[in-house]
Amino acid sequence: MKTSESLNTTANLQDCDTVYEALINAHEGLSDKDSAKLNAKLILFLINHIGNKNVILEAIEKSQAN
Amino acid sequence: MSFEGIPVYKEKAYFKSAEHGGGEVKRHSFIVVGSGPIGLAMALFMARKGHQVTIVTAFDFIPAGSKGICYSKEALDIFDDLGIGERIVEKGVIWNVGKVFWGDSSDPVYQFDMLPVKDQKNPGFVNIQQYYVEDYLVDALEAMDNVQIRWGHKVSGIDVGENASTLTITTRDSKYQMASDYVLACDGSKSTIREFMGLDFDGRIFEDSFLIADVKFKQSRPSERWFWFDPPFNQGRTALLHKQPDDIWRLDFQLGWDVDRDAAIKPENMAPYIRGILGEDIEYEEDWVSVYTFQCRRMANFVHGRVIFAGDAAHQVSPFGARGANSGLPDVQNLAWKLDLILRGQAPESLLESYDVERTQGADENILNSSRSTDFITPKSETSTVFRDAVLELAGEYEFARPLVNSGRLSAPTPYHHSPLSTPDRDEFAVGPKPGQVCVDVPICQNGEYYWLLDSLDDGFTLLHFGQNPPQTNIQTLKLSDAGLAGQRYGAGTTYLVRPDKIVAARWANASENDVKQAHKKAITGEGK
Ligand SMILES: Cc1cc2nc3c(=O)[nH]c(=O)nc-3n(C[C@H](O)[C@H](O)[C@H](O)COP(=O)(O)OP(=O)(O)OC[C@H]3O[C@@H](n4cnc5c(N)ncnc54)[C@H](O)[C@@H]3O)c2cc1C
Repeated sequence: MKTSESLNTTANLQDCDTVYEALINAHEGLSDKDSAKLNAKLILFLINHIGNKNVILEAIEKSQAN
Repeated sequence: MSFEGIPVYKEKAYFKSAEHGGGEVKRHSFIVVGSGPIGLAMALFMARKGHQVTIVTAFDFIPAGSKGICYSKEALDIFDDLGIGERIVEKGVIWNVGKVFWGDSSDPVYQFDMLPVKDQKNPGFVNIQQYYVEDYLVDALEAMDNVQIRWGHKVSGIDVGENASTLTITTRDSKYQMASDYVLACDGSKSTIREFMGLDFDGRIFEDSFLIADVKFKQSRPSERWFWFDPPFNQGRTALLHKQPDDIWRLDFQLGWDVDRDAAIKPENMAPYIRGILGEDIEYEEDWVSVYTFQCRRMANFVHGRVIFAGDAAHQVSPFGARGANSGLPDVQNLAWKLDLILRGQAPESLLESYDVERTQGADENILNSSRSTDFITPKSETSTVFRDAVLELAGEYEFARPLVNSGRLSAPTPYHHSPLSTPDRDEFAVGPKPGQVCVDVPICQNGEYYWLLDSLDDGFTLLHFGQNPPQTNIQTLKLSDAGLAGQRYGAGTTYLVRPDKIVAARWANASENDVKQAHKKAITGEGK
C-alpha cells in the first residue's frame, strides 16, 4: 500500500446503479436510528478495507465541505 | 483517620526547621515542593546523585484513599533506577492482559496484552495502592542522610526572582522564608505555585462522573483488567475492575454528569453496582469510596525561569489509561539528570529547555490518548454513540473492529521525535530503538551470569556496543555480545549512546570516536547537528 496514495475522485464503481440501489434498499423501513447504525457499520467496514489513512482523512475533509 | 476530608495512611512527624524564627534566609540550590509520588521521586533521584535535598509539603501524612493503582512498565523501570522497583513488584499484583466486555455476554469482545515484547525484566503493569508507592519512596529517602522532608510545611507565597525565588512557608505554629535557586513545583493539580504565579492550565473538562469504590473481598479471579460497556449492572454506561494487593479491588462505575455525589456513595445505593460484579453471595467491605470528575489539561510551558513544574501540577489526564503518575515519573527522571549536570557545571542551563520540549510532548500524547478514550467511553453526541456501538457490535464477529474498541490506551513511553538532544540516524537500521526512544530491555549474559540490560546501564550516559570493537571514548561503555536476543533487538555491530534516562541519544552501525563525542555534546547542550 502506498502511503502517498490519494483519494480517487474519478468514476471507479462497477455497475454503479445496482450498488446505489442496494444502498438505498438496505435502509428501507428502518428507523432513523437503525439507519444511522447501518451507515456507521458500512463506513467502518469500508474504511478498514481502504486502510490508507491519508485516503480516508481526505475523504472526511472533502465530505465536510458544503 | 482523615484530615480535611483526605484519608490518612500514615502520619509523619512535623518539626520546626532550622530556618524557623527569622534570622538570615538560607539559600538552597533547589527545593522540591510536594510529597506526592512525583515530588518524592524527584527528591530521590537528586539525593541518589549526591545532592542535598529539602522537600516541603503541606501534608504531615501519607494520604490513603482511591488514587493511582496501575503502574506501567516504564514507571517500574524508573522505580528500579530509584532502588524500589523490586519492592513494588513484589507487593503488587502483576497483570498483562486486559479484557473488554459488552452487554451481558461473558465472552470478551476484545482482549489486549500490555507486554507484547517478552523477555524483559518488568511486566506490562503492576497494580499497587499509591500509598504503598509513596511509603516506599519515603522509606528510601529517610534512609539517606542528605535528605530532609519537612512534613506540614506549606508554601503560602512565592516571590520569583531571576536567579532565585523566595518561598514563604506556613506551618501550624509560624511562618518563615526560604530562598532557593531552583524551585521544583510538584504540588499537584491544584498547584499553589502555579496559581501564585498566575500561570495558565487550560484544557477540557469531561462532563461525566465516576464512582470509584475500593472494596475488600475474597474471590479468586484472574489478575486482569476487565472493562464493561453497557453491562446489565450499569446499563448504557461503563464499569472497570482491577485487582490490588491485600484482597482489595478497584471498582469503577460511570455515573453520568448530573449526579448527587453524597447519595451516590451511600452503601445502599452502591450495593447494586458492586453486587452486579461480585454476585449476590460474596461478602465485601468498603475500603474507600469517592466520586470523581476528570479533566485533560496542561500548562503551556513547564519551565518558567528557575521554577519548574512536574507531575499533576504541570498536566492532568483522565484516569483511563493510567497516565497520571505514570507520566509524572518520566518528567522527573528527565528533569533530574539535566538539573544534576547543570548544578555540577557540566551542562549549560539552557539544557532545561529540552525538558520543556520533551515533556510537553509527552503530556500532549497522554492528553490525546486519554481524550480519545474518554470520547469512546463517554460519546459526546448521538452520532458518536452510534459509531461506538457499531464498533462494539462488529467487534464480536470481525477481527478488524477490535482494535477500534477504546477502553483506555494504557500508558506507554513517549518517543521524543523532535528532541533537540537527539542526533538523527546517519546509518540504516532495520531494528532497535530510534533516537528519542527508550531502550528496550533484554536479558544479557556476561561472564556466565545473567543480567537485565536496563539494570546494567550507568546512572550517567552509557555507550552500548553490540560487538567486539566499541569506539574508545571517556563515556562509560558496555560491550555486549550481539548473539541472540540482544542482537535481534539492537542489531549486530551497532553502537548506541544512551542518556541517563535510558533514552537513545544517537546510534550508529559504525561509530567513530568523533561521532560519539559530537552526539554526546548535542545531548547535553542541544547544540550541534
Ligand atoms: C481515581 C484516580 C485513579 C488514578 N489512577 C491512576 C493510575 O492507575 N495510574 C497512574 O499513574 N495515575 C493514576 N491517577 C493519578 C495519580 O494519582 C496522580 O497523577 C498522582 O498523584 C500525581 O502525583 P503528584 O506528585 O504530581 O501530585 P499529588 O499526588 O497530588 O501530590 C501533591 C503534593 O503537593 C503537596 N502540596 C500541595 N500544595 C502544596 C503547598 N502549597 N505547599 C507544599 N506542598 C503542597 C501535597 O501535600 C502533596 O504532597 C489516578 C488518580 C485518581 C484520582
